[in-house]
Amino acid sequence: MQDLFNKRKAKIDSFNKSRKKKEFVPKEIPEYMFRNCPHCNFSISYREWIDELYVCSRCGYHLRISANERIRQICDRDTYYEIDAKVTTVNEHDFEGYDEKLDIAQRSTGLSEAVVCGVGRINGIKAVVCAMDSNFMMGSMGGVVGEKITKSIEYATSRRLPIIIATASGGARMQEGIISLMQMAKTSAALKRHSDKGLLYMTLITDPTTGGVSASYAMLGDIIIAEPNALIGFAGKRVIEKTVNETLPPQFQRSEFMLEKGFIDLIVERRDLKSTITKLLILHGVK
Amino acid sequence: MDYKDYENLINKLLEQKSKTNDEKEKEAIDNEVKRMMMFAGENLTAWDRVYIARHKDRPKAYDYIKKLFPDFIELHGDRYFGDDNAIVTGLATFHDMPVTIIAQAKGKTTEENIIRNFGMANPEGYRKAIRIAKQAEKFNRPIITFVDTSGAYPGKGAEERGQAEAIAECLFEFSTLKTVVICVVIGEGGSGGALALSIGDKIIMLENAIYSILSPEGFASILWKDETRAKEASERMKLTSFDLKNLGIVDEIIKEPLGGAQYDFEDLIKRLDRSIYNSISELEKVRMNTLINRRYEKYRKIGAYE
Ligand SMILES: [Zn+2]
Repeated sequence: MQDLFNKRKAKIDSFNKSRKKKEFVPKEIPEYMFRNCPHCNFSISYREWIDELYVCSRCGYHLRISANERIRQICDRDTYYEIDAKVTTVNEHDFEGYDEKLDIAQRSTGLSEAVVCGVGRINGIKAVVCAMDSNFMMGSMGGVVGEKITKSIEYATSRRLPIIIATASGGARMQEGIISLMQMAKTSAALKRHSDKGLLYMTLITDPTTGGVSASYAMLGDIIIAEPNALIGFAGKRVIEKTVNETLPPQFQRSEFMLEKGFIDLIVERRDLKSTITKLLILHGVK
Repeated sequence: MDYKDYENLINKLLEQKSKTNDEKEKEAIDNEVKRMMMFAGENLTAWDRVYIARHKDRPKAYDYIKKLFPDFIELHGDRYFGDDNAIVTGLATFHDMPVTIIAQAKGKTTEENIIRNFGMANPEGYRKAIRIAKQAEKFNRPIITFVDTSGAYPGKGAEERGQAEAIAECLFEFSTLKTVVICVVIGEGGSGGALALSIGDKIIMLENAIYSILSPEGFASILWKDETRAKEASERMKLTSFDLKNLGIVDEIIKEPLGGAQYDFEDLIKRLDRSIYNSISELEKVRMNTLINRRYEKYRKIGAYE
């Protein structure tokens, strides 16, 4: 009996540990480093990058950030816990080189897949929050990403919670072929059920969101928020240029362009993101 | 040897046959052609099926509509922007019952393909599909979709008018549409552009049709940066009807005549007609809530995880 108790305690301890260690370790930039802004080339210290939420203090360029950093910026401290963190595929991947790629992505990001899903509080308001990570195989959506997103949506539906998904993805994951494609249908159907219950879904589109993710859950939000200058579109720019035989302007498929074309509700800078999301949640009567 | 090479040989033989008056030689050629077709037809690779699925003589959506629904009335436009000829929608009678048809229509000739944009829809095509589907739901008509596209059109205007949003909206709306939806993959089912019209209660696929995340050329170019490796890509993509049936994505395969649908279209139509009719009759008996839940589960279970 005592043995069983100890075993369980050890399990809970290790679980709590793994839960805690995810937060507040800004992995992106080591302490001794300066990092130039990729846009204006201004040299900025790591401390400043972190304080400014990875936005260039000189030109306002929004650096791509990891899923955990995104969650840290949106959710209240120590309130976020992952759901179904350990979902893995039971299918054997027979695509050559894919397992190795997955392994490298897992080790370099410390994530099991390209999305982190869980529940947290945003200025005290409970919500399901999912964040994709473009460092993990370009945030591509395979079976596991689709499954985790779907489970999160179903979790939100059954508990009558709002859901926020921060997208960052190059599209469907080619290596998983048709299974990846079908995740577009699966996630969209789950969102329809969530919507039919009168619940709120907000999308936060970040750089880049294209292909299969843009043509499914990214574009289905009741409210669609985008970060400044994020790439948003279905087809890749090069494919379009080849098809129409002209060069596209640099602002093509960027947030501001998509806002002008009518597909984005609002563009929000990172420093205003949490307060804007909070306001929108309150306006939808979410407590 | 690819199927295409056999086809060339057969065409040469047939040309030879048309030039000769010797009955014996004609008979010999017929036998040789038959033998070759049998051999080629029974040893089709995935790449052969890609070729057959895209064949210019392969029946297109309009051929199916003409045969299956002779009283078809076409309805046009998305009521926002325009009418997309790459997606054809309308009403017809099918076994004494009114039905709604939504079809991706490739052309057969170059002129027709220019009008139909080679079957690659713009956002207004998908929005027309949603409008017509909702109309079907309102009047409780079964919907039959025909899938045949290499993908949604990757054009500048398509992006500006929200290609991604239009496709997402199809996936969203069809998932709970309160009427029976039957999808028939007749040729090429490529990417999200094909998926948009593949959300239904029963997915029927012709034997030599293909269905995939992307064209084999696109797949090879993304993964290996080499479009010419399309053949190799096709063999690994699990894009044939048999692969998709094994994966549980397709419910029924309709056998094609040797060489492809065009070789005995009447016979194929008979079997397809029966299959669609049986599917509708069966699904019409199911309670609406059950139907919608089953449709949800159908897509929900794709991919196995723990
Ligand atoms: Zn800068």
